[in-house]
Amino acid sequence: MGRIVLVIRLALRDLRRRRTEAALLLIAVLASTTTLTLGLVLRDAASDPYQSTRAATKGPDVVAGVSQADDLAELGKLAIASGVTEHSGPYPVIAAKLEASGRTSDVQVEGRDAADAAVDQPEVTQGSWVGDGGVVLEAAFADSLDVGVGDSVALDGRSFKVVGVAVTAAMPPYPGASCIVSAGCINGAIPDDRNLPAGLLYKPGLAWLTQADVLSLAMDRSALSYVMNLKLADPDEAQAFVDRNGGHYGGAMPMQTWESILADATDLARDSQILLLIGAWLLGLLAVASLSVLVGGRIADQTRRIGLLKAVGGTPGLVAAVLLAEYLLVAVVAAAAGLTIGALTAPLLTESSAGLVGGAGTASLTWSTIGLVTAVALGVAVVATAVPAVRAARSSTVSALADAARPPRRTGWLISLSARLPVPLLLALRVAARRPRRVVLGVVSIAVTVSGIYVLLVLNAFLGEQPGTGAYTEDQVAVLRRVLLVWTVILLSLAAVNAIVITWATALDNRYASALARALGATPQEVTVALATAQVLPAFLGAVLGVFPGGFLLFAAINTITGGDGDKATLPAPWQLVALVLATVLVVAALTSVPAHLGGRRPVTATL
Amino acid sequence: MGPSGCGKSTLLHLLGGLDRPSAGEVSLNGRRTDNISEKALARMRRTEVSYVFQSFHLMEELTAVENVELAALLAGRSPRVARRRAEELLDQLGLSGRARFLPSALSGGQRQRVAVARALSNEPLVVLADEPTGNLDSAATLDVLQLFKDLHESGQTLVIVTHDARIAATADRKFSMRDGAFVDEARLTGGTTGQLGALVGLED
Repeated sequence: MGRIVLVIRLALRDLRRRRTEAALLLIAVLASTTTLTLGLVLRDAASDPYQSTRAATKGPDVVAGVSQADDLAELGKLAIASGVTEHSGPYPVIAAKLEASGRTSDVQVEGRDAADAAVDQPEVTQGSWVGDGGVVLEAAFADSLDVGVGDSVALDGRSFKVVGVAVTAAMPPYPGASCIVSAGCINGAIPDDRNLPAGLLYKPGLAWLTQADVLSLAMDRSALSYVMNLKLADPDEAQAFVDRNGGHYGGAMPMQTWESILADATDLARDSQILLLIGAWLLGLLAVASLSVLVGGRIADQTRRIGLLKAVGGTPGLVAAVLLAEYLLVAVVAAAAGLTIGALTAPLLTESSAGLVGGAGTASLTWSTIGLVTAVALGVAVVATAVPAVRAARSSTVSALADAARPPRRTGWLISLSARLPVPLLLALRVAARRPRRVVLGVVSIAVTVSGIYVLLVLNAFLGEQPGTGAYTEDQVAVLRRVLLVWTVILLSLAAVNAIVITWATALDNRYASALARALGATPQEVTVALATAQVLPAFLGAVLGVFPGGFLLFAAINTITGGDGDKATLPAPWQLVALVLATVLVVAALTSVPAHLGGRRPVTATL
Repeated sequence: MGPSGCGKSTLLHLLGGLDRPSAGEVSLNGRRTDNISEKALARMRRTEVSYVFQSFHLMEELTAVENVELAALLAGRSPRVARRRAEELLDQLGLSGRARFLPSALSGGQRQRVAVARALSNEPLVVLADEPTGNLDSAATLDVLQLFKDLHESGQTLVIVTHDARIAATADRKFSMRDGAFVDEARLTGGTTGQLGALVGLED
């Protein structure tokens, strides 16, 4: 017990002593835990809320509709068809224009009974259920219109009071609602050169009135469609039931299964989630790169402390435990903070789930999400820390007490090659040759970042084309753009932290070599340029590898996972890729200039 | 010479432009060096002064010959010229057989010889040696002092800082320092000639 207290106390003291490095460590792990949390929360948003909604609303297994009163007999037959256990409806539906807060939107208005239905009884999340003169709005639709209980709205010019907001599992939430009116609907964007056919509803929302109110809105009976909700003995047989009863799309009596509603309702959340999960793994790799450099630098700084611990009787195991404990503590804090930030910001990316129970406003954290995020944070810390911690624990006590630096690597061919180059390049190549592992980390860090940016360019171009193709609505494009923005900001922030940290670690590690070079006649500018060039060269290599094969493979992987059609994507133009590589090199040069400048101007005499 | 902390190393750093004085002037070869740019000081270290340090300060990842040629490469010499000069110097200092060895495979005396060879590679006006025998055993100390004697006899100016009276006794001129100031100056006629080992008490 005493030993555990000692380990924790030493770890905490050291973290407090080196606050800046501790903060950088925290940021590195936090970036990946936040993104992973967002991805996992969205995964849950993609399935759990729909299931909860289905359970809470006695969700139908099949929704069937007819476009005229003459076909009501067909629905009647369907209600007693084999496999049906319960049904509700048929309910009259009418297409209307809804005006609220100065905005006009198309809407499908369903006439319902005030009494609870056996199948598809929408769950009221605010206010109450329908009554004469009172309208209930679908939650995502109400959210989008910014209308709440007590507000007034006009339906085809007639004023109704909003008495409630509700969710249903009988159709996907706004703006992906299924079409249950005879006029037909379009949810995607309309190409500029086409006019919307007369009567067609554009991105309709869903509202419920009493049947009497719906009938009073209809000019004549031919404007009405009818919808019926069915419960089956075996919900898994829903598609077979539809096939058997001629409920194909475009037929006289179109039907929709609960599985297809689930897929439509969670399509956007699933795409966002895939993007975020891939982003989380990329950021995890970047975090390992940052941590490895930070930990290596910290442990080099802790050599004497390690020697002292061992001199007073600390075993190699205790030393390794103290070093590991520091980073595990940081990882636990980063996991907790990442879970909190991820859970709080997830609703910004799950707008469509506002129309589902449990999806509105609060994203729920599950134990599996908490466990996975914490495990990844600890895993990143252990992977980055284990090697330097064990190496430090096994080092000689005498040399540790003397604060002996870890001997640099000799890369003979690079030393010979550098002799033929101008002084800054000569020094730069030798700086790189001293720590090849750090160079590899720098290359990997930039390659991962550039791969991410490559994919972002492809996805951005894809989303830019959406208004013309209609695979996503404008609102969905906005949500996906927000996901990409989160990706970009976190990815670039972590890459910037990495570039600065690696340069600073290099500058510190080369204190002695830089001072010696200056004592032998190198100017401060030459040393500064050398330290910066030692980062820029790996950055250039990383940027090239990040474009090909990095970005190409990452995009292929995303395509495979999402089942997307890569042929439809617009790959970045050659000039964009050249600009990306050049911009990466310039940004790395700018980011590394300050630590390199400081490193190149350290007083020589203090070091030697 | 003088006791630890009297300012000997600081003086050497000022002479070589590694440090700047807070007051006073520094001149080398008749030219003020305390008010010139860092770049000009670096150029001065390439051609006019060079250092030999107590703890050798060799690059651990470079072989002996690569360490020696480094100063010439920094001065802009061609790789071939720098390598030839380094090999000549190592040969002159009796290290031709150790040219491809890393510093970790050399003895203390051999390392200091490599450091001296590096200091000579750009044919400087003056070599500044800071406690050059401080980390060496008696035999290696004798070895290095013999080397300095040979250099001196060949016309190389050496400024050696030491707190060891026996080493100081080998010089032509001796300045004594205390608390950051010169307190004595003496011309030693014996200098580095004669029975060197006996003079410094390293051999009978």
